[in-house]
Amino acid sequence: MSSFWSAWVIILTVVTFIGTFWVLFANRTRAPADPEQTTGHAADGIEEYDNPLPYWWFLMFMITLVFGVGYLIVYPGLGNFPGMLGWTQVQQWETEVARAEERFSAVRYRYLAMPVEEVIQHPEALRMGQRLYGVNCSVCHGADAYGAYGFPNLADGDWIWGGTPDAIKHTLVHGRQAAMPSWEAALGDEGVRNVTAYVMQLSDRDVDDSMAAAGKTQYDMLCVACHGAEGLGNPVLGAPNLTNGIWLYGGSESEIQHTLRVGRNGVMPAFGEQLSEDKIHLITAYVYSLSQ
Amino acid sequence: MSETAMSSMDSGTASSSLVQMGVDKATLSHPVYNYKVVRQFAVMTVVWGIVGMLVGVLIAAQLAWPVLNTELPYLHFGRLRPLHTNAVIFAFGGCALFASSLFVVQRTCQVRLISDKLAAAVFWGWQLVILAAAITLPLGLTSGKEYAELEWPVDLLITVVWVLYAILYFGTIMKRKVQHIYVANWFFGAFIITVAVLHIVNSLAIPAGGFKSYSIYAGTVDAMVQWWYGHNAVGFFLTAGFLGIMYYFVPKQAERPVYSYRLSIVHFWALIAVYIWAGPHHLHYTALPDWAQSLGMVMSLILLAPSWGGMINGMMTLSGAWHKLRTDPILRFLVVSLSFYGMSTFEGPMMSIKTVNALSHYTDWTIGHVHSGALGWVAMVSIGAMYHLLPILFGRERMYSIDLINVHFWMSTIGTVLYIASMWVNGILQGLMWRAYNQDGTLTYTFVESLQASYPGYYVRLIGGGIFFLGMLIMAYNLYMTITTDETAEEQAPSGSQAVAGTA
Repeated sequence: MSSFWSAWVIILTVVTFIGTFWVLFANRTRAPADPEQTTGHAADGIEEYDNPLPYWWFLMFMITLVFGVGYLIVYPGLGNFPGMLGWTQVQQWETEVARAEERFSAVRYRYLAMPVEEVIQHPEALRMGQRLYGVNCSVCHGADAYGAYGFPNLADGDWIWGGTPDAIKHTLVHGRQAAMPSWEAALGDEGVRNVTAYVMQLSDRDVDDSMAAAGKTQYDMLCVACHGAEGLGNPVLGAPNLTNGIWLYGGSESEIQHTLRVGRNGVMPAFGEQLSEDKIHLITAYVYSLSQ
Repeated sequence: MSETAMSSMDSGTASSSLVQMGVDKATLSHPVYNYKVVRQFAVMTVVWGIVGMLVGVLIAAQLAWPVLNTELPYLHFGRLRPLHTNAVIFAFGGCALFASSLFVVQRTCQVRLISDKLAAAVFWGWQLVILAAAITLPLGLTSGKEYAELEWPVDLLITVVWVLYAILYFGTIMKRKVQHIYVANWFFGAFIITVAVLHIVNSLAIPAGGFKSYSIYAGTVDAMVQWWYGHNAVGFFLTAGFLGIMYYFVPKQAERPVYSYRLSIVHFWALIAVYIWAGPHHLHYTALPDWAQSLGMVMSLILLAPSWGGMINGMMTLSGAWHKLRTDPILRFLVVSLSFYGMSTFEGPMMSIKTVNALSHYTDWTIGHVHSGALGWVAMVSIGAMYHLLPILFGRERMYSIDLINVHFWMSTIGTVLYIASMWVNGILQGLMWRAYNQDGTLTYTFVESLQASYPGYYVRLIGGGIFFLGMLIMAYNLYMTITTDETAEEQAPSGSQAVAGTA
């Protein structure tokens, strides 16, 4: 804040305080009012007594005002004046985090040196991983990790980006960005329906053979690069397996057509910035354990 | 009872019977004052109260049973929630404020509104705003700013209507036949001026199509402007405005002089000077700079005494007239509303303290706090004022049934208590669950576990809100019968309400 705005804040605050003190004191009287005496105003028949301010109320007002002055001397508030304690909320947060780290990190770091395959043998580690998963991951993937529309099931052994401990950890730290392009322009309406028929045939569903045959020609030109000649997918690119009946965006004819027409953009956010490596290690172990 | 009190009671009674005599029952018009616009707004207060609270009950049910969020987007929680808040604050609360301020300004200035056409323009303009809100919000047209969701064309309409209202109101004040401006009018005046400033500054936006715009503020500044507006919508719309209602209808209904003129002065000036600073307490521990957070918290704490000044002045006005509470359910509405006002204005400063806020923020406690103000204070003081006002406006001795007012009073009180108690429990439960951690430093509960634990509170909230809503239906019936029954039934003697009060 520039010194002009800092002065602006300080002056407005001080004027408000002085004005409030003044209004309070200017109207202070301990003399008991004449119970018979009104101010002489009469508004539509309503008269007004002029009783003194209740003393307890006056005191309460004074205490809050004095507290306010004291608080603004000790804590930041008056523009750029940082307050005598030098307190900031960022500092408070850092202190609390450091204190928590000191108290709790040992129990987690014990497992960081251990390979994930070994960590999953320790129930205590899995419990910690599960709690971390519950707080950080369950909103999208579900408390049971069975996923939801657009969010992969983590317990079924099918992995879009690979299910090794290293791949899972990579997903957690860096996130993933899937990009299924829109094929409507390239395929045309008929092409979309034909390729859909072929894709459905890949998972052994009954379709019109001639449509599927026509779709296969286009699949072999356009889709094969990512999903592979047999439709088994490619974890390097995040291209799902099309043959196992597991569908991230639904496997109905209309959903597959929709995917082909407009594409899909699945995003797994990166947690490397928010969670320390020991926590990510425990979550990796928990997620890995779900399909073991 | 003192001589003065007696004489003031007499003069109060005398002037109100003069009013009765002055009412032309055939045309329901008044020779001196413009009662037509007051009557229109008063009736719409009841109508919009029912609509707004019905939507509230519906969204409370959607939170208890999420399956009620059907495929139909127009009835989804995300679209109905702003409809509920806008309907109860600006349609129900707004109409109550228009009705009472335009009544009070005429009566206390002893002069007719400066223009009947202007009055009609304010009424129909405001109904148009409400209609626009009721159409655009379910369609999903929103600027995304809480309590200011309406898109720019509606914002412009609000601005025009508000300026007309200000001209009408202050024009009438300037023409007044008494020298002194009564305290209720200070509060109405502060409400009108400040809401104009708040609305214009917060709604500044660049239009990007007929019903789409982008705020001219960015990031943290946008958040700060939003909550400067948001909290002062509470401070000047829902507090200052309704204190104006309190300052007229409490002494009128109690037939007692106001307790302390000097207390009015101190708490008025302190309230309006300090409230405007309190917004940042909505943004504790966020990207908002530390200095702004501190100032917001300090000013919120100081606000306790000025807020309570109004409660004390209202409550103490009843000294010497407490016995009337036994027989007068309208006075009960007014006094209990002041109790809820005192409670929520204590709770607010407490919740603005950073350490308390760290627990209460983002939980249902906030919802409970808002509703102890909205149901307990705003709605109950409005309902009390309307029960006082409606018979006068329709040229009746009193409402059709005093007993039904009493029933309504108990339904409102019980409904409010159920609502806020369930949200307190939920809020503290959520706050504690979110911060609980295990021996290894991991959080004990996931978010969804805290949600699951909240369901009992959601059911109780629905019941409480439902009872409050049903009370409004009773009010509508009572109003309908008051209008259609030509002469107030003779058997509706005050002794009837005593019997109910005894059994309740």
